[in-house]
Amino acid sequence: MGLLSKKDAKLITDPLTDNNPITIQVLGICSALAITAELKASIVMSVSVLFVLGLGNVVISLMRNIIPSKIRIIVQLIVVATLVIIVDLVLKAFAYELSKTLSVFVGLIITNCIIMGRFEAFALGNGPWKSFLDGVGNSLGYAVILIIVGFFRELLGSGTLLGIQVLGDPIEKTGLYAFGYENNGFMLLSPMALIVVGLIIWVQRSRNQALIEEN
Amino acid sequence: MSLKSNLHNLKEKYKGTKMAPAFNAIHTFLYLPNEVTHNGTHIKAADDLKRTMNIVIMALIPCLLFGMFNAGYQHYAAIDAAKGITTDFSILGSFITWDNFWIGIIKVLPLVIVSYGVGLLVEFIFAVIKGHEVEEGYLVTGMLVPLIVPIDTPLWMLSVAVVFGVVIGKEVFGGTGMNILNPALTIRAFLFFAYPTWMSGDKVWVYDAVNRVGTPDAISGETILGSYAQNQEIVYSNWDIFFGFIPGSVGETSTFLILLGAAFLIFTKIGSWRIILSTFIGAAVMGIIFNQIVALDIITDSSKFYGLMNTNWWQHLMIGGLAFGAVFMATDPVTGSQTNKGKWIYGFLIGFISIMIRVFNPAYPEGVFLAILLMNVFAPTIDHYVVQGNVKKRLKRLKAKTA
Repeated sequence: MGLLSKKDAKLITDPLTDNNPITIQVLGICSALAITAELKASIVMSVSVLFVLGLGNVVISLMRNIIPSKIRIIVQLIVVATLVIIVDLVLKAFAYELSKTLSVFVGLIITNCIIMGRFEAFALGNGPWKSFLDGVGNSLGYAVILIIVGFFRELLGSGTLLGIQVLGDPIEKTGLYAFGYENNGFMLLSPMALIVVGLIIWVQRSRNQALIEEN
Repeated sequence: MSLKSNLHNLKEKYKGTKMAPAFNAIHTFLYLPNEVTHNGTHIKAADDLKRTMNIVIMALIPCLLFGMFNAGYQHYAAIDAAKGITTDFSILGSFITWDNFWIGIIKVLPLVIVSYGVGLLVEFIFAVIKGHEVEEGYLVTGMLVPLIVPIDTPLWMLSVAVVFGVVIGKEVFGGTGMNILNPALTIRAFLFFAYPTWMSGDKVWVYDAVNRVGTPDAISGETILGSYAQNQEIVYSNWDIFFGFIPGSVGETSTFLILLGAAFLIFTKIGSWRIILSTFIGAAVMGIIFNQIVALDIITDSSKFYGLMNTNWWQHLMIGGLAFGAVFMATDPVTGSQTNKGKWIYGFLIGFISIMIRVFNPAYPEGVFLAILLMNVFAPTIDHYVVQGNVKKRLKRLKAKTA
């Protein structure tokens, strides 16, 4: 680790596993449920959040000493909103179809709890470089879950990955479909995303018993 | 040495190993364990979990046998109908025949075997992982599942659904006795949302209809609910409907046999008569309300809801899965309400909501399983308020006495 000190590296790796924003902190669930029916949408959403959170954390961190604490939430909102609008317009300009699929959820990145959560919990108290790493780490942690969920939902729900038919053609009955296999329509509905996220949480906690909360 | 003592020796030998729960499950199924409680006073009753479950299964056997004959009967009736032959119906001549029973054997038995095989395998795996005894909870579920699916359900689909239902519906909550939702209905709901084309329409209810689509031998069998939902007349008489000579899921067509099962369950005090009765009352009330709406000309026959709204309220009780759900599903002691007052409310709402969903569901004219699952979720809340209400009442009484 030449580039990053051990402590800095932890900022990136922790949210990927033992402090994952979705499975451990249970933040950002709404978008994880709403847009993961396709892998492509999950990836674009992850990249958008990476951009907003990485940059937003740096901006907030730079301004942390001049923001009056009474109005800090408003300032944070303005920063997020600005970044989100940039993402939204870029998507509309260069990937119009996709922006229609993601519809309101790009705009709703503003309300993604992960972002406000990291601003409050980290960027307000740390320097820009550390905040940047924290932002990247958390959005990657978010991305990992989104991509896993998106992978399974698209594969089992539509039989495709990134729009490519990997299990054969359901109408022509080739590949797996020749044996009577059918796509699982339930996978395309949001409740199934919740169940898949739940299964990930289950697997993660049974592998690392320390994560199980006492009650 | 007898087989029994041999088994006991084996049990001692494998004590503490991973496979012990799996072995014990089979062992205690057949024999009393050699080690029984010896200290102090214990309640002695014959109705342990295994016996309770076995009684429910016994109540289901007539439905299963009827379903096996009906599978064949509907198949041949549909073929005759497609050829334009009208057959005279007689119980011994055209219903209880070897031909019909054979179709039941090749179509219904595999559903039963797969349901039990896959479900018990999941239970065994979880018992071995968690290191507890295998729970008997799947015995009833395994019998209910084949009875509430269409006859042509592919076996792999059923396996996937059973794994889902047992793991997500039951094991994640802690296994038998801890589940919030009825596992059999969770399986049914999974099939319905995952593979809707196999759960509705006029092809899946009759054996072989799916394979014959597009051939000259094409046959079909629409359920009665399906016909009503499309504002069509039905060809079945009320007695056909009551005795169950109609297309439908495997074992739920015969209201008569279900009522026999209900009588058996009530007699043995396994099923709650309060839930069964209140479910029927709830359904009847909703049915009467809809009948009145039609009678007052608020809904006319141009509406797509007309067919089911105009269905006589007493007919609503016999068609679809209402009776089966009321008797065998809603009465599940784990997921239903526990208090007596709560049981009335719980059952009434199941019936009420069932008919409501049945009429207003545009794609699939049945709602019993959804209504029961919904009320499963609310059952603890109902119980909570019943108990609180009682506590308040008694506090008031105490106050009045001491004041």
